[in-house]
Amino acid sequence: MVKLAAAERLPVVARGMGSGLAAGSIPMPEGSLVISLTRMNRILEIDTQNATVLTEAGVITATLQAEVEKIGLFYPPDPSSIKHSTIGGNIACNAGGPRCLKYGVTGDYVLGLTVVLADGSILKTGGKPIKDVTGYDLKGLFTGSEGTLGLITEALLRLVAKPQFARTALAEFDSLADASKTVNAILSAGIVPATLELMDQTAIVCIEEAMKLGLNTDVEATLLIETDGSDEQTVLQEAATAAQICEQQGARSVKVAQTPGERNNLWKARRSISPALARKAPNKLGEDITVPRSAIPEVVQRIREISENYGLPIVIFGHAGDGNLHPNVLFDKRDPEQWAKVEKMVAEIFAVSLAVGGTLSGEHGVGLLKRPYLEQALGPVSLQLQKQIKQALDPLNILNPGKMFPV
Amino acid sequence: MSFLSNLEKPAETDYLNCIRCGLCLSVCPTYREYLTETASPRGRVALARKGLDGQLELSPNLTEQMYSCFGCMACNDICPVGIHPGDLALSMRHVQEQIEPSGWKHALFGGLIPRPQRMEAATWPLRLYQRLGLRKLFYALGLRKLLPEQLRDLEAQLPSIPQRPLRRVLPEVTAAKGEKRHQVGFFLGCAQSLLFAEESSASTRVLARNGCEVTTPEDVVCCGMPARGYGQMDQVREQARHNIAVYERYDLEVIITDCATCGSTLKEYGEILADDPEWAARAEAFSAKVRDISEYLATIPLEKPTGRVEARVTYHDPCHLRRAQHVWEEPRSLMKLIDGLEFVEMPEADWCCGSAGSQLITHYETSTKVLDRKMDNLNSTGAQIVASGCPGCQMQLTTGIQRNGLAVRVVHPITLLDEAYGE
Ligand SMILES: Cc1cc2nc3c(=O)[nH]c(=O)nc-3n(C[C@H](O)[C@H](O)[C@H](O)COP(=O)(O)OP(=O)(O)OC[C@H]3O[C@@H](n4cnc5c(N)ncnc54)[C@H](O)[C@@H]3O)c2cc1C
Ligand code: SF4
Ligand code: SF4
Repeated sequence: MVKLAAAERLPVVARGMGSGLAAGSIPMPEGSLVISLTRMNRILEIDTQNATVLTEAGVITATLQAEVEKIGLFYPPDPSSIKHSTIGGNIACNAGGPRCLKYGVTGDYVLGLTVVLADGSILKTGGKPIKDVTGYDLKGLFTGSEGTLGLITEALLRLVAKPQFARTALAEFDSLADASKTVNAILSAGIVPATLELMDQTAIVCIEEAMKLGLNTDVEATLLIETDGSDEQTVLQEAATAAQICEQQGARSVKVAQTPGERNNLWKARRSISPALARKAPNKLGEDITVPRSAIPEVVQRIREISENYGLPIVIFGHAGDGNLHPNVLFDKRDPEQWAKVEKMVAEIFAVSLAVGGTLSGEHGVGLLKRPYLEQALGPVSLQLQKQIKQALDPLNILNPGKMFPV
Repeated sequence: MSFLSNLEKPAETDYLNCIRCGLCLSVCPTYREYLTETASPRGRVALARKGLDGQLELSPNLTEQMYSCFGCMACNDICPVGIHPGDLALSMRHVQEQIEPSGWKHALFGGLIPRPQRMEAATWPLRLYQRLGLRKLFYALGLRKLLPEQLRDLEAQLPSIPQRPLRRVLPEVTAAKGEKRHQVGFFLGCAQSLLFAEESSASTRVLARNGCEVTTPEDVVCCGMPARGYGQMDQVREQARHNIAVYERYDLEVIITDCATCGSTLKEYGEILADDPEWAARAEAFSAKVRDISEYLATIPLEKPTGRVEARVTYHDPCHLRRAQHVWEEPRSLMKLIDGLEFVEMPEADWCCGSAGSQLITHYETSTKVLDRKMDNLNSTGAQIVASGCPGCQMQLTTGIQRNGLAVRVVHPITLLDEAYGE
């Protein structure tokens, strides 16, 4: 198909489950060929000795996880969209998730890829060995390439042993500033929880409205903390220490999930934040900045100031443990004045992130939405090099054209 | 599009705010089988939106995606924005019916189903089937493309027919056993009356045993769900008004039904007639009284059953009970009251069984795929009995069990309770 498209100069857009948050899978221009990979959904091999899984790109990430967990293995990357995004899409966006803090992002688990290149030829790169310096790291190049360099059809992924125990706690704070400081306090204490998620008050209110889980809606922020591991004592100990630190930092209360049901509810809540915000305003624009974690309290403060200056609410939540925040501006696009403000606010949020040494996007990708800011983030040299790479791999510019690079 | 402007159609707010996050894809049985966007809730919302604002023609293909929806409402439940793609699909069927009404539907839903006498004479679909044979019946309904395998599966659905419809047998008032503590109404659904009479007799016995005087009016008509499924809203409203008026004759605390589908529809009368000034308040009052039988039994003190049911039992959540009425803990707790009964939870107990009323006739392939998934889950429990409080689900489960050569009994949870009470 790609060969045909190349002959016809037809743009080709790879599509997983269309959960991308950067409009990456939207075909541009009209008349593009969209190739949906959702029916390439077979898990081809689980190798227990080498702890790897070979899978087609369209497998839903949660399905893959469930399959490998049946035999005691574990695929850690867990974007909140885990039940409605594909492995191919995760690799194409180098998806992260709450568990990244301890376990790393999707790219850290990619050992090999099969990719259909722009001329229709098929590249197989990587393999089961954990170490490999034979030539350039091409799988790394395709990871996070958002469908602009090739179509990923198969992936060989690294697995780890499944942690046997987990403990999830919810810490409620009367002050957002205290909550963001606590993130560093916990990590500096030498504990690496599997996840450390921050949600502000509006986020909590929206979830509670959507899911009625009985969360307290009068707190200014909450942290969702999970410790895991194979030794129950350590897991409990770490959870207890984290809880203690929260209290020292001014948490109003710390609740530990007692049953798997309670734990599931907490995670269900966390995964629903982003869409639940749509209850508050007709439109929302979610960003994905990632900053050095020491800068979190400052960045949170600056974002609040931006919100106050423009008079539009910004909801803050995200994977605070690894510095990845999702400030979401709530607005009504039908009002042109508001839309103009939003554009300015987003530019300012990016500026704040870059000023403290952060990036535009931790895990969603550039897609259509962040194109204008790419040069500012990368600098001219890096941008030029990236354009040359694109040119070398896709000289006709038929793979997901119009994405990533500023026009 | 001007021709759409004077039709009854979904409000903009029903679809405009979908943020296309895709959460709903993870729970949709039709998406799971087809893996195409158009067969997903998000896809259906997009099609509806574009169809209604004129960017897409309301073509047969578009309408088909509305009919291929199982109406399981799993998407309604999960959507964090509050979009109800499942309801939207139903409304779109109604839009289509207003533009181009189809005759056979009118005959079936207007002429046959809501007229108990006619339906009993035909005992649709059973007596008709016995007279004509299944193939002729479906030809008569305009469904010509049935496969031999499909006919076999449809035949497997049919339970043994009671001698007489229960509506004719059950007395108008069943006295409470012992002291009368509650004055309740019972809505005897068509399928229960015609096909599962024994179960509904059991239901009234269980109510009576727990101090309820049970009033079961004979002259109710179909709750309206089949007509609703085929976009015949005028028909639904007429049936709703009839049933409301029937129950207004009595002074009842609650109106109970043991059919998940009837219950979900009766609870919606308030909404269905909200724009009818004469009926809105009456419908609201009626709907407020409706309870599923397990929902009601969980609110009153129950006599402890002394008999035993020695079996491993699992439970399948009818969509119309779990999603539409948020009743799911109650039937489980009630069964757990029974000594000897070992309850095991089945994986994906709340995943649609693929019945959705008539999908086995109209969307055979998907319906059976969804069903076979259910059977794998059922089989994994090793249960000897699967309980489910919905005649549609029960028939579908029976089909699945025969298709897959399993030996599992299908039953209403309250029937198990009745067996444990003994007589
Ligand atoms: C509620 C919600 C929560 C989310 N949470 C997270 C989160 O916690 N972490 C995170 O990282 N992301 C998150 N996301 C974003 C999104 O789910 C991820 O980016 C995901 O990896 C996209 O996968 P997909 O299969 O849906 O891909 P799509 O959205 O279909 O595509 C995304 C991009 O990848 C390309 N692509 C897809 N498949 C292939 C392929 N096989 N080969 C080449 N290119 C391909 C497309 O062209 C497009 O550019 C969230 C999204 C939502 C809606
Ligand atoms: S219907 Fe709801 S859950 Fe589905 S894509 Fe739209 S907003 Fe998301
Ligand atoms: S009601 Fe069920 S089948 Fe229909 S779109 Fe929603 S989840 Fe899918």
